[in-house]
Amino acid sequence: MSFLEYAPAPESRAILNLRDEYGLFIDGEFVEGGGTPFTTISPADEKRIATIASASDADIDRAVAAARRAYDRTWSKMSGRDRGKYLFRIARLVQERARELAVAESLDNGKPIKESRDVDVPLVAAWFFYYAGWADKLDYAGLGADPKALGVAGQIIPWNFPLLMLAWKIAPALAAGNTVVLKPAETTPLTALLFAEILQQADLPPGVVNIVTGAGATGATLVRHPDVDKIAFTGSTAVGREIAKAVAGTRKKVTLELGGKAANIVFDDAPIDQAIEGIVNGIFFNQGHVCCAGSRLLVQENVHDEVVDRLKARLSTLRLGDPLDKNTDIGAINSREQLDRIRELSDIGEEEGAERWSPDCVIPDNGFWFAPTIFTNVQSSHRIAREEIFGPVLSVLTFRTPAEAIAKANNTPYGLSAGIWSDKGSKILAVADRLRAGVVWANTFNRFDPSSPFGGYKESGYGREGGRHGLLAYLKGGAK
Amino acid sequence: MSKRLTVPKTYKLFIGGAFPRSESGRTYEVFSPKGAFLANAAQGSRKDARDAVKAALGAGAKWAGATAYNRGQVLYRVAEVLEGRRAQFIDEIVAQTGVSAAAAGAEVDEAIDRWVWYAGWCDKYTQVSGSLNPVAGPYFDISVPEPTGVVAIIAPQDSALLGLVSAIAPALVGGNAVVVVASERYPLSAISLAEVLATSDVPGGVVNILTGSPAEIAPWLASHPEVHALDLVGAGELEWIDLEIAAAQTLTRVLRPEQGPDAAAPSLQRITAFTETKTVWHTKSLV
Repeated sequence: MSFLEYAPAPESRAILNLRDEYGLFIDGEFVEGGGTPFTTISPADEKRIATIASASDADIDRAVAAARRAYDRTWSKMSGRDRGKYLFRIARLVQERARELAVAESLDNGKPIKESRDVDVPLVAAWFFYYAGWADKLDYAGLGADPKALGVAGQIIPWNFPLLMLAWKIAPALAAGNTVVLKPAETTPLTALLFAEILQQADLPPGVVNIVTGAGATGATLVRHPDVDKIAFTGSTAVGREIAKAVAGTRKKVTLELGGKAANIVFDDAPIDQAIEGIVNGIFFNQGHVCCAGSRLLVQENVHDEVVDRLKARLSTLRLGDPLDKNTDIGAINSREQLDRIRELSDIGEEEGAERWSPDCVIPDNGFWFAPTIFTNVQSSHRIAREEIFGPVLSVLTFRTPAEAIAKANNTPYGLSAGIWSDKGSKILAVADRLRAGVVWANTFNRFDPSSPFGGYKESGYGREGGRHGLLAYLKGGAK
Repeated sequence: MSKRLTVPKTYKLFIGGAFPRSESGRTYEVFSPKGAFLANAAQGSRKDARDAVKAALGAGAKWAGATAYNRGQVLYRVAEVLEGRRAQFIDEIVAQTGVSAAAAGAEVDEAIDRWVWYAGWCDKYTQVSGSLNPVAGPYFDISVPEPTGVVAIIAPQDSALLGLVSAIAPALVGGNAVVVVASERYPLSAISLAEVLATSDVPGGVVNILTGSPAEIAPWLASHPEVHALDLVGAGELEWIDLEIAAAQTLTRVLRPEQGPDAAAPSLQRITAFTETKTVWHTKSLV
């Protein structure tokens, strides 16, 4: 056994007490859906986990009506202090059931347990704690005294961080006094439904949060529903564009957190050890299923070979496999559809002349897997340098001067995030000033915190989540 | 003794700091409420709109990169120069709209005061709308507003000067460059305002003013990929839903129409609506 071989250390699934079927969560109860139910599977072995209800248009109607009733009769009349206490309760319940939620998340999503356990779920609790404290302090949010909630918020979330995205959406909405109809992604509904049980345990008034499962059409119905006051969406730029068109001419307020093609810029004076770890975290965290992933590595030409060699060495030590194994670094790709897209774009990368490299690693027989991949000799015009792959694929480009790095970094319709690696603080601040991106990580990457606003420039969307800014997305000005 | 013959002004467009005629060669007649001919205004075209966006793009970086103190001084200078031309603006407003000289004077005064109010915001809105974020880790984490880029504005159509100023000034505070379609009925004050801007150290191209038909010009601005935000404040009478849909294609930020005398009322939100929040995380070493 070499030092890289580890005995299997799977997290126990015994902590889960899943039902065989899950209904929609409307008005505080699980109810049957009018659409054709679907199964949710584990992407690691393609085995069925549970059957999930699919919401029909009538179900969306009922969910929005429940949210409206709860808003009119209960939630908008409740004191901010009491709203906050419910959010604190939810935060505590998430902490108490943290391991269970982490196991369920890794099972349904395919992400390594060490990520769901150490990143996703702790951040979920943190998000509810943070916004809980805002609920009775809205006068300080920046809109003057006595700002108002918007009403009913329709929220649509992606499959890459299922429970964390739920927290990003629900926590500020409820703190600001809105009620919610949330649609989880089709491939990852499980933790949202466990979260519904947590809401029951917290005794949250019925209708304040409603969870409707289904496919894209379910989300489209929610977006177009006339009694929804606010749409919050995280997902692809293509869908975000359709949502922006669908709400045109309505009163609905919209926040969109969309795609990205982030540049991760490594200068020759960077702390290379940390940079290597940061590059790996930037693109291979969560199998690269991260809208803000550092998918374009811009390396200063004179350190290119050293950086690439060390990256390859580091990648060779990553362990790909069972998401529930505590030693796993790279889990499963979330769906066959996504795997097909990653394969397609990677093949195009080769055809366009970039040089492809992956470490030797054993790919399991069942499930959806993609070995971590680096493309070198990539040109700015290549599709793998322009399009969001949303997988563990890194495109490496080079630059000579800071000005060239900035120009290349900004040469994209996206503008979600960027990374800068240098030991020179003045250079970092100057470059950060000129990057057209909503989040810039200097000598780190993929950090998230409930107090820190997150969101994009340009076609990466608009509005911010996190911090005081994230609260404003769910409020309107009070008396002038 | 014969009465002196006056020298009437030719009203043209304002693009890139210059006053060109419409490339289309078109003009339209501007009348007083009683039907008296006042002037020919330029009838801006699609090409003029594109030229204006190009000028705004080119000028934007310099304006965005100016210090906040400098931007504040320039906007205050606009107020100073406008004050000096108060009588001219009153005459023009009276001629175009038919209101009393007193009402026109009040409008000009309010317009001047709004420039002063927004000038003062230039070096303050960042502190009020930014934040230092207490993240749970060894990071310096700061969020600051930055300009969105090129803002296209359909100015309020029922106002000769105040509506225009109320829409332009807040977009300039944050460092954006502007392409504005003036009131179709009252275009003369807009071009006179351009003369004020041109002599107030506002860099050429930072504000571009088009006169003509908003219904004709607005679709080209709404769908322009280099227009980053679209202020439809004065577009209530247009097919503005189509404009919002066109803007959605490139995720252009949209402000919907406002009606009445409070349209584009002064607010911090009008400034921040044309900003993007950038969050920068910087590691702190463990000492």
